[in-house]
Amino acid sequence: MLVALAVLAAGFGVALLVGRFPVSLADIVAVLWAKMTGVPSGVSASTEAVILQVRGPRVLAAFFVGAALAVAGTAFQGLFRNPLVSPDILGASSGAALGAVLGIFFSLSVFGIQVLAFAGGLIAVTAVYMIGTAIRTRDPVLVLVLAGVVIGSLLGAGVGLVKYLADPYNQLPAMTFWLLGSLAATGVSDLVPLFGPVALGTLMLLLLRFRMNVMSLPEEEARALGVPVRPLRIAIVAAATLVTSASVATAGIIGWVGLVVPHLARSLVGPDFSRLLPVAAILGGGFLLFIDTIPRTAAAIEIPLGILTAVVGTPFFIWLLASVSRTWS
Amino acid sequence: MPTRRSLLAGLSASFALPRGARAASITDATGRTLQIPKKVTRVFPAGPPAAIMLYTLAPELLIGWPRANRPEEREFLLLDIGSRPEVGRITGRGNTANLEVVLALKPDLILDVGSTSDTFVSLAERVQEQTGIPYALLDGRFVATPTAYRKLGDLIGRHDAGEDFADFTQRTLTTITGRITDIPYEKRPRVYYARGPRGLETGLGGSINVETIELLARNVAGERKGGLANVSIEQVLVWNPDVIITIDRDFAMNVRKDPAWAGLAAAQDGHVHLSPKLPFGWVDFPPSVNRLIGLWWLGKILYPQRFPEDLQAITRDFYKRFYHVTLTDAQIARVLGGRG
Repeated sequence: MLVALAVLAAGFGVALLVGRFPVSLADIVAVLWAKMTGVPSGVSASTEAVILQVRGPRVLAAFFVGAALAVAGTAFQGLFRNPLVSPDILGASSGAALGAVLGIFFSLSVFGIQVLAFAGGLIAVTAVYMIGTAIRTRDPVLVLVLAGVVIGSLLGAGVGLVKYLADPYNQLPAMTFWLLGSLAATGVSDLVPLFGPVALGTLMLLLLRFRMNVMSLPEEEARALGVPVRPLRIAIVAAATLVTSASVATAGIIGWVGLVVPHLARSLVGPDFSRLLPVAAILGGGFLLFIDTIPRTAAAIEIPLGILTAVVGTPFFIWLLASVSRTWS
Repeated sequence: MPTRRSLLAGLSASFALPRGARAASITDATGRTLQIPKKVTRVFPAGPPAAIMLYTLAPELLIGWPRANRPEEREFLLLDIGSRPEVGRITGRGNTANLEVVLALKPDLILDVGSTSDTFVSLAERVQEQTGIPYALLDGRFVATPTAYRKLGDLIGRHDAGEDFADFTQRTLTTITGRITDIPYEKRPRVYYARGPRGLETGLGGSINVETIELLARNVAGERKGGLANVSIEQVLVWNPDVIITIDRDFAMNVRKDPAWAGLAAAQDGHVHLSPKLPFGWVDFPPSVNRLIGLWWLGKILYPQRFPEDLQAITRDFYKRFYHVTLTDAQIARVLGGRG
């Protein structure tokens, strides 16, 4: 754990150093020192703006988004006892996507678009959960997943409709870019609405970590051990949805992190949630921090983050499948 | 919804034209030979660039608009033409216009102004085969506008009016670019074109979105060729452009307050300019003749000494000639303020 944190701190340092705008280690130290002591840093205004307003917030946001997606993926994979589950299983991403494209369609401000995206994620999962509980069967979890799949495709059709109706010269490119996922525009003002829900949801899951271990047993056994299965399931879904919606509202649709990182974490520390959750959070955050450094530095134009995570994630996932497949059989 | 009878009428009108009604064949910008009726009275625009160009030359021929104009846009167009109905677009797979509806509207000609690449040529061919209506494709590049006007004039039987518009656009292009020919490319202002809610969408070199800007200045994102792309604020800071041109009012209002952008000299010195967009955009969308007035606007922003003309007078003249409306001073002020 200590090693992981040390590596992560080094990762933050390197991420702050590299980018399109030349910034030296001395600049960073001077600016941070000035921030803490109030003495003028002597660094140019643009350099200071890059460190405090542009690169700093972006690096932090990349970590939070990655951590959020990994934590949500871990929680859902445990809850559904299925390794193919990712954070958008209950429609959070599709709902957020529909909210965002509607926001762009109605020419709302950036904040308005993010609020709609966040709300869209929450509403979608609430709807899925209500459908899932209204239909009584012996396997409520399966019904929940199916409800998530169908509502997710309906919302996807809604996104398609809004894109179809959008102004092709102006709104459509904005929607396309948003749906591909990016942290290019992240500023200080994005950090609070991102960090708040992510911290709250992660804290909820961490508090529930021992009960989550029991949840991965078959439902009858969990009940026999005296665990209140239904309220616990609601709490886990709510927490995971909160973190997913917040990260999608900030960064757009970024796949793969929530699917791949929980597997990696499980192969490192095993299935105990008390260790799995924090390790997944650090790995997910570190992974996206690393991935986001590529579009930040590689070229003048930004390569969408959702595309990069897929390109990097696919071979990694195949390798992971080959090497740890035994743990799931 | 078209009735079956109107559909059949449309079909028969397009297939059963008497031979005498056909004029001599005319070639379009791609070299395709078209059989055009002698008297063209109804033209279906395949997209906004075609609709706007046709409106300027012969408004009464326009069957409808690819997208209905909003009330604030209609105010700057001829009342009865500006409020004509929405008919959708023909763009290949993603048509919003139903071909049956197109037939029911009984156009004499489908007009498309835009890319003349093989994709669009084959598309035109297919629609023409399916509907039996001649489909003319004109070159939509900004510098090709005079040629496109001549071609359009011939297509709809208005040779002289087409020549007039061609001459006027050619003169305007020559006058404006002539004012700065002695300024070497490296000495021209470096412009960043900001689109999207956060101003981080921009047009790469050669993209149709930056044709106006690249005629007069250096596009900071122009080194790489392509269409629209996303960039980061950090990259914009590295470019540190002299001037920022935007089409987004929210962005223009907030850019000075945003600490990340405030570090840019262009933001500090008040060189962030919101482009007018009523009834159609001045620098970018839709990419049609509406951008011609934008060249004067950009010229005055980038080279104030070389463009001493009164923009209000130029605006009044342009709107009279192209949009057939006479503007009041208040309307001109509203247009120039970037409202809408």
